Amino acid sequence: MLTVNRYKCCYCGACVGVCPTCALELVETWLEVSAECKECSLCTKICPVGALEVKA
Amino acid sequence: MAAKTAAELGLYVVLVEKRQEIGEPIRCAEGVSQRSELRELITVQPDWISTEVNGVRLHSPNNDNVSMTVDNREEVGGYILERKTFDRGLALQAACAGAEVLVKTRATGLIRKDDLCTVSVICQGESLQIEAPLIIGADGVESKVARWAGIDTRLKPEDIMVCAQYLVLDDCIDQEYCEFFFGNRMAPGGYVWIFPKGGRLANVGIGIQGSQSCPGEPIRLLDRFMQRRMPRAKILQIVAGGIPTSGPMNNTTSDGIMLVGDAAHQSDPLTGGGIINAMRAGVMAGQTAGKAISSGDVSTAGLKEYEDRWRSSIGKQIEKRYNAKNFFLKLTDDDLNHLAGSLHGMDISRMDMRDLLWFLFKQNPKLLWNLGVLNLIDKL
Repeated sequence: MLTVNRYKCCYCGACVGVCPTCALELVETWLEVSAECKECSLCTKICPVGALEVKA
Repeated sequence: MAAKTAAELGLYVVLVEKRQEIGEPIRCAEGVSQRSELRELITVQPDWISTEVNGVRLHSPNNDNVSMTVDNREEVGGYILERKTFDRGLALQAACAGAEVLVKTRATGLIRKDDLCTVSVICQGESLQIEAPLIIGADGVESKVARWAGIDTRLKPEDIMVCAQYLVLDDCIDQEYCEFFFGNRMAPGGYVWIFPKGGRLANVGIGIQGSQSCPGEPIRLLDRFMQRRMPRAKILQIVAGGIPTSGPMNNTTSDGIMLVGDAAHQSDPLTGGGIINAMRAGVMAGQTAGKAISSGDVSTAGLKEYEDRWRSSIGKQIEKRYNAKNFFLKLTDDDLNHLAGSLHGMDISRMDMRDLLWFLFKQNPKLLWNLGVLNLIDKL
């Protein structure tokens, strides 16, 4: 499951731009993760501040 | 710029902004490399400008540096903007030209039927539907409009620069120069920048190639840089961002839809700069909108003028810069040190990239021959 550390997230939207399944949406400062997320971890690698993590 | 241009042409324009405050939060290093380019597009207001810079200093991995000064030539030096007031200023001009502005309004869907687009939005919590023959998607790296139009804007990790930046207060900032620091350990596939903001302030940031990043790497490398170069700096703001560096997209229009700016990947793949390209594309899209609406043809064919215009100007430029990016990605730190060393005592202020590469080739023929620089020069 993709988790967002909201205390770290700088809501930049880089993760949204690379998501292969378009599962992410940035609503103002709130990153939403939809059921389309395949937990590929691409967004976690891209996140400039390390706010995203795929947890088992 | 698209809203302003279209409104000035007499169109009824609704500018939909998902944020509650236009221009915030910032996602930008705020640099414009040539003052004249901004002035050609708009009357620049004093409160949009943090400071003016008159040169660039490039640092190689071994801490050597090369400076380019523009001798205060008014038209050539750069601006460091204050994006908060700049963005609001552009929205104000669009509003003055007649555009309606909806803030804190999130677009949630787009359906096109019978030559009319219906955009569903949530405006301050209330659901609304806006009908329009034409939509201009200027919704950035995370563009939804593109997806709704069936245009694939997803970025591969090698085609995004992931960035972190601090606004810092420090005594050691050179307020005359924009500084760039290169090195594959310092900033893999990218660079660190210091853009002065006036007073003792500067934007100090890093951009690295997405494919060479790992979770939190940009902010970690930026902290390391800060620790080494400006350990006493006080951090007043944190900014993060992702910049498309893919070069021109194959398609930025669809029936009733045009994309501009980062949504259309119109940022410079080499430097990551995107303000001027986005503004130019916005003007082109606004002008095409005016013609398409008056002719009654907002189909992909009717919007071809926009596609052709941006592609033959911005597109050509970013194609070249994409090739240059791929060349520079091949350089090791040793290569960068050699190249910087061969520029000592040279005035490179008036060289364009082609001249500079040609000069570097003559100084370092073996190194650059092996890296295929002639191939790159041919494409510039």
